[in-house]
Amino acid sequence: MNFELTEERQMLQDSLRRYLRDKYDTKTRNDILDSDSGISADIWNGLAELGVIGALFAEDRGGFGGAGFDLAVVFEELGRAGVVEPFLDTAVLAGGLIADLGNAEQQTHIESIIGGTLHLAFAHGEPTSRYDLNQVQTTANADGGAITLNGRKAVVINAEAADMLVVSARENGANNDENGISLFLVPADTKGITIQGYPLLAGGRAAEVTLDEVSVPAAARLGEPGKAFAAIEARVAAANVALCAETLGAMETATGLTKEYLMTRKQFGRPIGTFQALAHRMSDLLIEMEQARSAVINAAGHLDADHAMREKQISAAKNLLGRAGRLVAEESIQMHGGIAMTQEYELAHIAKRIVMADHRFGDTDHHLERFIALSSA
Amino acid sequence: MDLSYSDKEKAFREEVRAFLDEKVTDDLRDKVNGKAELTKDDMEGWHATLNEKGWLAPNWPKKFGGAEWNAVQRHIWEEEAAAARAPRTVPFGLSMLAPVLQKFGSKEQQDHWLPRLLNGEDWWCQGYSEPGAGSDLASLKTTAVKDGDHYIVNGQKTWTTLGQHANMIFCLVRTDKDVKQQEGISFLLIDMDTPGIEVRPIILLDGSPEVNEVWFTDVKVPVENLVGEENKGWTYAKYLLTHERTNIAGVGFSQAGLTAVKRIAKAEMSGGKPLIQNPHFAARVAQVEIDLMAMSTTNLRIISKAAAGQAPGVESSMLKVKGTIIRQEINDLARRAAGVYAMPFASEAVEGSNEPLPDPLAAGPVAAQYFNNRKLSIFGGSNEIQRGIIAKVTMSGGA
Repeated sequence: MNFELTEERQMLQDSLRRYLRDKYDTKTRNDILDSDSGISADIWNGLAELGVIGALFAEDRGGFGGAGFDLAVVFEELGRAGVVEPFLDTAVLAGGLIADLGNAEQQTHIESIIGGTLHLAFAHGEPTSRYDLNQVQTTANADGGAITLNGRKAVVINAEAADMLVVSARENGANNDENGISLFLVPADTKGITIQGYPLLAGGRAAEVTLDEVSVPAAARLGEPGKAFAAIEARVAAANVALCAETLGAMETATGLTKEYLMTRKQFGRPIGTFQALAHRMSDLLIEMEQARSAVINAAGHLDADHAMREKQISAAKNLLGRAGRLVAEESIQMHGGIAMTQEYELAHIAKRIVMADHRFGDTDHHLERFIALSSA
Repeated sequence: MDLSYSDKEKAFREEVRAFLDEKVTDDLRDKVNGKAELTKDDMEGWHATLNEKGWLAPNWPKKFGGAEWNAVQRHIWEEEAAAARAPRTVPFGLSMLAPVLQKFGSKEQQDHWLPRLLNGEDWWCQGYSEPGAGSDLASLKTTAVKDGDHYIVNGQKTWTTLGQHANMIFCLVRTDKDVKQQEGISFLLIDMDTPGIEVRPIILLDGSPEVNEVWFTDVKVPVENLVGEENKGWTYAKYLLTHERTNIAGVGFSQAGLTAVKRIAKAEMSGGKPLIQNPHFAARVAQVEIDLMAMSTTNLRIISKAAAGQAPGVESSMLKVKGTIIRQEINDLARRAAGVYAMPFASEAVEGSNEPLPDPLAAGPVAAQYFNNRKLSIFGGSNEIQRGIIAKVTMSGGA
């Protein structure tokens, strides 16, 4: 057992934390949120140069990381600073699927992803799929050398900014079969793709993506026909490690701000943190922080474990972070009082990030049920 | 004990329902449901509609032009108005200032300000909190110094809800610095058009511009705008806060909110079935519904007692704490129910919306509502302050 970061990861954490502390304050983020694209090209390029994207890919794919703890280190820092740029979507999800399934030709995109010049989105969820990864109604019909895609994808994060979409579609089977799902790498400007975008409450942008008779060559398929489900599940597991770590980082910021506020804000002639009613609640948050950190470590450390163990650890972490996150966000706001309700105070965005993370890749309830099912299997 | 409604009360409910059916236009309902923001004109128009019927001030005595409804009538009104998605009235003048004027104001003040409140000539906002005086309201620093027949006011108020629409503000100001904090506060009525007043918006975390900062620099206020006696303002402030809290249980909002949760959960699919059939989610909904059923009766019991002449004391603090916990839990369920469609940003509220979901995106604003309503346990005396009051009163025999 060793709970220390490797030297390389420690250096990455230090440089990333320093960079974001210097460049990513509340005002900068609010300006980014108010912009049309909702993301900053400067920040994206700066972080790419720092090696942030490279750390998310394995060495044999041109990166220098890719393991659970690499994801955890990077995303904890992104979460701590409340970074809204969608590294998760371009690199961990869409980029990760190319790395896991792509042929030599398709793998050539990874260099551009790591360099920060190629932006991607993962178009998988649908209006009625909620958190079920196996629900795919979008169809893929192969006819000779061409494949035709039809369907609608819901809340596709980063779709507008993406050069290419990784689209899931069903080649055969019923709507909820794990078998029969394929992935396709599709240029976003392909005829028949409509992207209807909107901002997200916790920053960034997403879109409803409609595929109407979208024709792609068979060479656009990632991996074997109808066999993509296992890779999707594994990539969503990696994304959940990243998201849990990001949430942990945001929770660190929330509890840090709250602790500072309790020690400096005076009412009734003394710092409000000296009132036991608040001091005990702050203590509870700090206890939950330790639990949350351990859950992230458990999940990150089992990302390469066998399927049953991996998924159980992922569901445990997502459930715990969902519960602890809600507590930290709500209690941090409450103990601050009105100031935490204002957009120009850092906690406002951080609290939204923490709570809204529960709405991606399965919420606390979804993962509790999944944990029960995996435990009884 | 009799939990059934009398024939008279049933008839009243029918009358209320018919009135709301006729007067709540599709446009108003859509706005309350969150399709767009209610404008100042909408809110003033709704006040005028209610005033025409004599229902604008349900709590006021008849001699001041109020409806003087009893507890059950008010409860029926709150339920029906929330279900019909009627706009709520702006409470600062009607429910907060008016009881103070009726009890402590001079005859001249009552004759001047109360009719203007009913006919919509004045829009009031509240000048209580300051940056340094939140939960510890008595530490407020805005000063009023007497100079002939005027007070000169300097300082800053904050969290002034809808202050951008107001032409009048009632303020707590310090008129004596040399006595115990609570004994040097006065209650002043100030015209917002007076030179030296500046209103700056505060944008909340859900993007809404509903609160403001109000700055006072050498603002001249005629002495006749002092309510009651100088340095007795704390007594009036406490009286006002008690009235602010009698409606704070928000039972009607919670009932409408729960209806919306069920509607979303029927439309949202999980594992190939409607979410409402998921045992885990259904249990969460049932739990809060059970709490709300009891809350509704608690609310009625306490209001009845208050109407019988007993001042709502510690019970109003209890209503505030439990009422806001329930309402926030319902907001949380609505957010949860919407799943991935909670993520899109739409700043408008749909709490209690009865609209179908033609497009899944219609469920989006539930998350904004969840964040906006974190304010419920903070404003009007935070829930921590309320718990302190409950403990102090019940365990030492008096506040």
